[in-house]
Amino acid sequence: MIRLRNVCKSFGSQKVLDDLNLVIPEGKITAIIGPSGEGKSVLLKHLIGLLQPDSGQVEVDGESMIGLRRSQLNRIREKFGMLFQNVALFDSMSCFENVAFPLQEKTDLPKDEIRRRVLAALEDVGLKNIENKFPDELSGGMKKRVGLARAVVLNPKIILFDEPTTGLDPIIKRAIHQLIKETHARFGFTAVIVSHEIPEIFDVAQNVAMLYRGKILQHGSPDEIVNSDQPAVRQFISGSLDGPIQLV
Amino acid sequence: MVQAIGHLTIGAVRDLGKTGWFLLYSFYMIFRRPGSPVLILKQMRFIGTKSLFVIVLTAGFTGMVLGLQGYYTLAKFGSEGLLGTAVALSLIRELGPVLAALMVTGRAGSAITAEIGIMRISEQIDALETMALDPFKYLVTPKFIAAMVSLPLLCAIFDLVGIYGGWLVGVKLLGVNPGAYFYEMEKAVEWRDVYSGFVKSFSFGVIIAWIGCYKGYYAGHGAEGVSKATTESVVLTSVLILVWDYFLTSVLL
Repeated sequence: MIRLRNVCKSFGSQKVLDDLNLVIPEGKITAIIGPSGEGKSVLLKHLIGLLQPDSGQVEVDGESMIGLRRSQLNRIREKFGMLFQNVALFDSMSCFENVAFPLQEKTDLPKDEIRRRVLAALEDVGLKNIENKFPDELSGGMKKRVGLARAVVLNPKIILFDEPTTGLDPIIKRAIHQLIKETHARFGFTAVIVSHEIPEIFDVAQNVAMLYRGKILQHGSPDEIVNSDQPAVRQFISGSLDGPIQLV
Repeated sequence: MVQAIGHLTIGAVRDLGKTGWFLLYSFYMIFRRPGSPVLILKQMRFIGTKSLFVIVLTAGFTGMVLGLQGYYTLAKFGSEGLLGTAVALSLIRELGPVLAALMVTGRAGSAITAEIGIMRISEQIDALETMALDPFKYLVTPKFIAAMVSLPLLCAIFDLVGIYGGWLVGVKLLGVNPGAYFYEMEKAVEWRDVYSGFVKSFSFGVIIAWIGCYKGYYAGHGAEGVSKATTESVVLTSVLILVWDYFLTSVLL
């Protein structure tokens, strides 16, 4: 379980997270939705300690993530896998090396076992015969899928997905959502997905939280969100131009 | 006005602290987790081996110009026989370490900053962190070790090529006695001179890796951030090398 309590974060004079409270239940898929530029990625980076809040508390399984030494922080981070918004593959390594990297550095597995697992992970995300290619030789969708394979290859307890399907065609989008659901059913990890895929994400997630103006405006099951009576939530889901959310 | 000065001062002190911490932590990591030998060798190849051509080229011309200038000056006193000593001492004590370091700064220091800076802005460094891995082990310590090993070696090659450059001009073109060129050199150059050159080039290696990695690690946003970091890195490294060179010379002399 991940718990955020009274988290505030500003960049310069811009307040991004403003006294935010959120509990992410264990073993479920939680989606974070909300308008662009509202700090969803910032929120995600707080969960894994890439950003530290100005004030407030972030707890993972009851352990505070604030003010830790690197070694303590790393011990907690071992529970995590993360897919970045722009994937962040190591561009000087081939796809195979990218996915193999966490295995090589974090386990004592023999070479052929690593190879087997990497190829299996790549096949799981629907990629074959690309292991010797470099990230800049791949399309955006393929990169996302390699990133996905890298994030899940160690079977982490918690996986953070920052817009896993943005910019992908509808078929791959569905395939990735399917993949997240299936692997989740198989391994039961806790997942946090930042997503703009409305309404598809309601089919993937068991929990949806809407971030608006630095706070969690509403948090509940997909049904509760879809039938929300909050004007901002209704506007966001319907994609309407009229409502409390202004473009500028 | 006062506020602006205060703001600038606090910023400068904070940057200085961050830079110093970066160096200390790098050394701590060198002893704790130096990174894989493969990475270190790769960096040595990049910082050392690939700098050879430019080092040999500059060393040759530096030695040749020293031969010319030295001959011109020494001939005024009728002591052309000391040309070998003049060339060797200026190279070993001063020009070898400094020029080799400046060439490596331009070639490898800038590349180090650009590489780490691009990894920073494309979140590759964050990705390492999320895997509970220390980015220093992969990006910083191999470069430190490679630079600390490569610079003294490059400096030695620079000295040697430079001495033969001086020989080419002094002995072959201007007719200095070849025996005198090397004999006087051997008599005058002491172990102390070689040692001071070694200490210099070693510490210049530290400076190149330190500033190169630091500027990349804390690069700003986007392509502009990386280009700014690279420029700053080269300028700061070059200035630091010259300042530190003066300081070391006054201590080691």
